[in-house]
Amino acid sequence: MTAPTITITIKIWRQAGPDVQGSFEEHTLRDLDVDMSLPEMLEVLNEQLTRQGKIPVAFDHDCLEGICGMCGAVVDGVAQGPEEKTTLCQLYLRHFHDNQTITIEPFRARAFPIIKDLVIDRSAFDRIIQAGGFVSVNTGAAPDGNVLPVARHLAEQAMDAAACSGCGACVAACPNAAAMLFVGAKISQLALLPQGRPERERRALSMVRAMDREGFGSCGNERECEAVCPKGISIRNIARLNREFLRASLAADETV
Amino acid sequence: MQLDARIPAGPLTDKWDNHRAAVRIISPANKRKYEILVVGTGLAGAAAAATLAELGYNVKVFCLQDSPRRAHSVAAQGGINAAKNYRNDGDSIFRLFYDTIKGGDFRAREANVYRLAQVANNIIDQCVAQGVPFAREYGGTLANRSFGGAQVSRTFYARGQTGQQLLLGAYSAMMRQVAAGRITIYPRREMMDLVVIDGQARGLVCRNLVTGEFERYGGQAVVLASGGYGNVYYLSTNAVSSNVTAAWRAYKHGAGFANPCYVQIHPTCIPVHGDYQCKLTLMSESLRNDGRIWVPGQAGDRRQPAAIPEEERDYYLERKYPGFGNLVPRDVASRNTKEVCDQGRGVGKSGRAVYLDLRDAIERDGLEVMLQKYGNLFHMYEKITARDPGREPMMIYPAVHYAMGGLWVDYNLMSTIPGLFVLGEANFSDHGANRLGASAMMQGLADGYFILPATIGDYLAGTGHEPPDTGGKAYDLAVRRSEQRIAGLLKNTAGKKPGLQTATHYHRRLGSLLWNECGIARNRKGLQRALDAIPELREEFRHNVVVPGSGRELNQALEKAGRVADFMEFAEIMVRDALAREESCGCHLREESQTATHEARRDDEHFSHVAVWEYTGEGRAVMHKEPLSFEYVTPVQRSYT
Repeated sequence: MTAPTITITIKIWRQAGPDVQGSFEEHTLRDLDVDMSLPEMLEVLNEQLTRQGKIPVAFDHDCLEGICGMCGAVVDGVAQGPEEKTTLCQLYLRHFHDNQTITIEPFRARAFPIIKDLVIDRSAFDRIIQAGGFVSVNTGAAPDGNVLPVARHLAEQAMDAAACSGCGACVAACPNAAAMLFVGAKISQLALLPQGRPERERRALSMVRAMDREGFGSCGNERECEAVCPKGISIRNIARLNREFLRASLAADETV
Repeated sequence: MQLDARIPAGPLTDKWDNHRAAVRIISPANKRKYEILVVGTGLAGAAAAATLAELGYNVKVFCLQDSPRRAHSVAAQGGINAAKNYRNDGDSIFRLFYDTIKGGDFRAREANVYRLAQVANNIIDQCVAQGVPFAREYGGTLANRSFGGAQVSRTFYARGQTGQQLLLGAYSAMMRQVAAGRITIYPRREMMDLVVIDGQARGLVCRNLVTGEFERYGGQAVVLASGGYGNVYYLSTNAVSSNVTAAWRAYKHGAGFANPCYVQIHPTCIPVHGDYQCKLTLMSESLRNDGRIWVPGQAGDRRQPAAIPEEERDYYLERKYPGFGNLVPRDVASRNTKEVCDQGRGVGKSGRAVYLDLRDAIERDGLEVMLQKYGNLFHMYEKITARDPGREPMMIYPAVHYAMGGLWVDYNLMSTIPGLFVLGEANFSDHGANRLGASAMMQGLADGYFILPATIGDYLAGTGHEPPDTGGKAYDLAVRRSEQRIAGLLKNTAGKKPGLQTATHYHRRLGSLLWNECGIARNRKGLQRALDAIPELREEFRHNVVVPGSGRELNQALEKAGRVADFMEFAEIMVRDALAREESCGCHLREESQTATHEARRDDEHFSHVAVWEYTGEGRAVMHKEPLSFEYVTPVQRSYT
């Protein structure tokens, strides 16, 4: 039994470097197995380009199971593609129809400069975490794991937030290129758990400042981030971020 | 090659404490004068970098990815073991030690494995303190589950994303030290060569993957935490960028490579669907707690699973191993799965799959409970296969998952090159010939958080803190060698001569050769065939690989080709090691070494040793042996019936 195959035309963004003008390039690929994932389809394209002596499309991908956060692109106008709660690497051709044209372009945001083709620089996220996305506990200083009980529902909510893979789709989807969902997820995870409490205020103020410094915009309640998030992170985390920030601002003299 | 494991004297239970008390340490005021280079930012690398920086050392960290939060540890699903005995079910440090060393089929060092079991409890405490959202009971205490091969519940987990959460914990600790100015991160860098000066590892040459430039870094010690080599098989559960390159460069400078033939084939992966696939997705074997594995009793039965009545199903693991059932170790599950498929009883399009059926557990506990335990696995499976495991059984098949072999290290985690330390999957240290479930993260974090930071001072105390001259001869040579390698890969232009192929083409061929001849079951003839075929394939690769673009830019095809080139060389010592090990042990059935009932037969008389390969020139290697002795446990033939 052979698997059904389809033909796909790809309109894909090509940009040789950060300061070079980019443009769309069109390629048609035939007889693609519908069980093939999007990165596998790009591999087919790249093998074809290589045989023709052309430069293959640069695109980041690594774990291919939707957890590392390395891959990402805007597919037909939607960050991480049209399937809900799905990364690019888990988008399968069965989600498209025969002879469809698919447009693929990089995440676009001022804070995520393009390096080449679909490859972008997301180091701004690392710098936001450096500003306070941690608990200050040195190795060896930890008490027994069961010393602080954590209510199960709080642990679950913290886990919901902690699932963020840092892919950046939320920023790409936001009309303001805001990073509020990313920041809100980390702040929520640590605010919900007793281990994160001692630095709660400092963290909220410092991470928000870092977010602004990196050139991310502000939340306008468009909810586009939540809609594209491959990990299903809720905008409730943005509400919590706002509460944490407000709370910390009111108590500023006790915190910094 | 001297193989002194430097196991401390004294009773097993006291060795680690005695050792820590005896080793030299660096005073707090002096630590800031030292520079340590860490390659890799998975659990082991990130944990080591963070902890070394907390201690006061200066640390430079290198990774291939755009951020140090993405290394393949992120994909570990099931959980992490520790002998907390929170469940009061009879667990203890000794039991965790015993299970791990027995699971490894008595091919690991007693002292190392005992230490691993000792520090495991500290890991859990550390991760909890970092804010890792482990699963909890209603009372707020940490939850546990039992996991492949264990008869106690000692596995801590964060849904099916334990690796992600533990890695983000280590990453956050590392980011804190970046902010404190003790760590500098170098993302999108690939280690091209190790720099050894006067016999000591002193630095690295890296390729900046964005600009293509070679960069020189120096320090007083180099820590490799560069992961495993499973991708040598092309199809594996590893991330695309996982490679042997860093370890292979170290090997070529004289670091012994231990037990390269020990590779774990994981029993529960989503079956392969097509040629362009290089990635097999693992379904955590925690599913084996509730899932029952079966195939139709008759070969060629193509009915839908629901149409096959109970009495016509063969729950082959439960039938053959009633004591452990579906929880037999990974190798036993993988071998039996391959066997039933070889008998024509496999299911699915390809016939290379078996059912993992949660029907009974769903009937017993309800779908809700199953979703709580495995929700993200169900989601992942449905994404990939478009089938709902809540309604029909999953299909699974074995795939290469983990490399137990790796660079040889002594008790201090130092390789045979002084100053080169190796952590996590990149070393060979603790899993013997087979790794038990939920112990990879335990080992990576043990090495990174607790072991290396305690042992590295002993080495550094003898080195002084003069920085190496990165403009010197050793660096020039390393850069030149790296440039030559890159130039060799770029020499062909597409269309200029017939028969040119991409690196992926050769990788696929190498992988299929190894899977067939050096996979779950091996024999002399097949291994010999592989040994003849590998050099031919390698030559063809060298002459005919075509890599588009140049070396002076972001060039992912070039990165890939470089890694394949190293796999082509590494494959040979892997097969030679498999050939030399004329026994079945751990993950591997050596077909010439079986019992009357076709179970694996280990040969302690001749093979109770670590096989360590030393590079003696291009394509040449000699094997040395580190004998293993057991004072506290008695090696028994594993029996899971």
